[in-house]
Amino acid sequence: MSLESFLADAFVYLAAAVVSVPVAKRLGLGSVLGYLLAGVAIGPFVLGLVGAEGQDVMHFAEFGVVMMLFLIGLELQPALLWRLRAPILGLGGLQVTLSTLAFTGIGMGLGFSWQEALAIGMTLALSSTAIVLQTLAEKGLMKTEAGQRSFSVLLFQDIAVIPMLAVLPLLAGHAGVGEAGGHGIESGHGTTTWIAGLPPWGVALAVLGAVTAIVLGGRYLLRPVFRVLGRTRMREVFTAAGLLLVIGIALLMMQVGLSPALGTFLAGVVLANSEYRHELESDIEPFKGLLLGLFFIAVGASIDFGLIASEPQLIVGLTVGLLVVKFAILFLLSRMFRMGTDQGFLFAFGLAEAGEFAFVLLSFALQEGVLNRGTVDPLVASVALSMTLAPLLLLFNDRIVRPLVGTRVEETGEADEIHDENPVLIAGFGSFGSTVGRLLNARGVGTTVLDVDSDRVELLRNLGLKVYYGDATRHDLLETAGAANARLLVVAVDSPERTLRVVETARKNFPGLTILARAFDWDDAHDLMEAGAEHVYRDTLDTALRTGTDALQLLEYRSYEAFRASRTFLHHEEESLRMLAEHRKEGRSVFLSAARQRIRDLEDILRADLEHEELERDAGWDPDSLREEYGEGPPPGDPS
Amino acid sequence: MARVLVLFAHPSFSKSRVHQRLVDAVPDHPDLTFRDLYEEYPDFHVNVPAEQALLSSHDVIVFQHPIYWYSVPPLLKQWIDLVLEHGWAYGREGRALEGKRVLSAVSTGGPESSYQREGFHGRTLSEFLAPIERTVTLCRMEYLEPFVVYGTHRLSEEDVGHEAERYRSWLLALLENGAGA
Repeated sequence: MSLESFLADAFVYLAAAVVSVPVAKRLGLGSVLGYLLAGVAIGPFVLGLVGAEGQDVMHFAEFGVVMMLFLIGLELQPALLWRLRAPILGLGGLQVTLSTLAFTGIGMGLGFSWQEALAIGMTLALSSTAIVLQTLAEKGLMKTEAGQRSFSVLLFQDIAVIPMLAVLPLLAGHAGVGEAGGHGIESGHGTTTWIAGLPPWGVALAVLGAVTAIVLGGRYLLRPVFRVLGRTRMREVFTAAGLLLVIGIALLMMQVGLSPALGTFLAGVVLANSEYRHELESDIEPFKGLLLGLFFIAVGASIDFGLIASEPQLIVGLTVGLLVVKFAILFLLSRMFRMGTDQGFLFAFGLAEAGEFAFVLLSFALQEGVLNRGTVDPLVASVALSMTLAPLLLLFNDRIVRPLVGTRVEETGEADEIHDENPVLIAGFGSFGSTVGRLLNARGVGTTVLDVDSDRVELLRNLGLKVYYGDATRHDLLETAGAANARLLVVAVDSPERTLRVVETARKNFPGLTILARAFDWDDAHDLMEAGAEHVYRDTLDTALRTGTDALQLLEYRSYEAFRASRTFLHHEEESLRMLAEHRKEGRSVFLSAARQRIRDLEDILRADLEHEELERDAGWDPDSLREEYGEGPPPGDPS
Repeated sequence: MARVLVLFAHPSFSKSRVHQRLVDAVPDHPDLTFRDLYEEYPDFHVNVPAEQALLSSHDVIVFQHPIYWYSVPPLLKQWIDLVLEHGWAYGREGRALEGKRVLSAVSTGGPESSYQREGFHGRTLSEFLAPIERTVTLCRMEYLEPFVVYGTHRLSEEDVGHEAERYRSWLLALLENGAGA
């Protein structure tokens, strides 16, 4: 592919995304449907802007699913995964088994051999991880009961793909010679893999070795590597390392015949407790988003409207039948597992469609000669159609069904929380930030800490503190650290420029946060207040006042008098700061260099000191005026 | 109609059983200003001009606080020391507060029977409140009968509820006619 045609394709795909997603979101349809419709629009049957390469794009873009699983793994602590084992194995196992059996039965009823019927059954039992998780996350439903259960089922399906791929070749022998099909990400077959010539025990060993390598590597090797990379303070190196990690694991998994999605998921879980989790998340996130979008567009573009037009009853019948059967089984399971009615509907509508793995399994079945093209093509069309309908089904549930059965909008599944939800974020954990954090922790207030010094992060984590490596000037990182739900953001980073950037970013993206910022001098304090920090603390002020207090004491002032003087001064100082901030806002149009501004500020401060008589005022304890009034005679009512 | 200022002083409000309920019972009324002194001045740095302005704009002042060692909590004493300035609140020129009414709303751990001449403490509560009474009258204001919750150590939750209701009616009466019910 020449550079020009590559760029042209990229232009078409990106333009489709940029145009359709905002429109779809505006209409309340969600981004997934927007992408899918964009795909239909640019596909061969509407505008014809993309053609046969759509299939290649889809296989490439399936890598977005791998990245998504990695990100999901990152949010899933091993302990939480262990707690989910019952729904994963029980619910997921039952869903896959029952659906496979049902479709196999129907297939045999329609006259397919049991081998063909089983291949079709396994294929259609799977749902679309990409569509369901993306849609649920977008609607903020991941933490609901239905969200957690859906996730469990999808995870089981991802695992189940592996034995399915192993079983398919054994079903061969009916459809004649295999035809060339695309190689999905799930299949390392057809390329030379390390395990190609190995005996079964060798394969088992290789698989075990690869998994062990991921777990051990993730635990002991990656953190020191990330620390070294973090020390370079080059963000793109970190991003490259994150991508390298995901791609490397995917390759390794394909070599040993495992699902790359599963491998990266595992790596994600291993890294879920690491301090680099938030940084990795926000590095990979945009790639995942783009690739998934690309994937959805490719699915939309791949729908064969020619086939649908020539055999409408068959395709529509297949699609509706597929959705109805899966829905019925899912809803039955939701009852068995005692989910609420509205949650049951969400769960069943969400998972009723067929998934992206179906494309992989179908093309593999074709290639292995299990199914012939006459069977595969209508199936591919209805799988794609059902995936396009999936967001519509969820929308239907949202708008029509839930209001009818409507009980709870969202559940706060406390037990299965994925994110950290601390009320306070601290950006920067040097001596300033750590003092704030320790004070809060001592009162039992949870804090999430972000710091860019990887050595310090390592040290603090060894002390058992919850500290993450990451640059708080990035809004995506603040987002993953929970800024949307936190109440306070304490900005305690080391330089005025970065402080200002954090404040600006946070103010723009998270209007609900109250910001407490460390400032360095007057000028800088003003900038921070204008940028929207509600509370500004000048770095050296309290130390200077304590020094001044001690100086007064050493000059034989009484301790309390010196202390009162410093408190009075502090309040006066804060008042002056606010007053001067107003001044500066008014005087904006006048050009003043930064240095001149500082000198003028200082002048204003000193003048205000002179005019501020309250600085001297503790008159209640001052006997002078009393002596003046009553000094002559006996005091009638001296309270002192 | 009277404008009422409640000056509330409690150094450990979050652990208080009685005053939390009393504060909850304070009516939400445009003519009533509730001021939580310990929340306002954790460093005891009372803002004298601000406090004086508040006093000037109200007709009735209520000191709400627990009785500690037969007296007011330290911040309220600090407030009295600093806000009631000579030449403003008292003295030849000090007439800013003239004619206003002051009441205490207090709680005691011991029962009413212990605050009797022949009781455990040997004095009535009014006798213990003499310094406040004198401070108030020196500032040319009138000191009225206090609102008292006695015996807080032994009050049940239900009793506290009744006391809170009683406090509410007492404050409403102050708003209505400027004097206690």
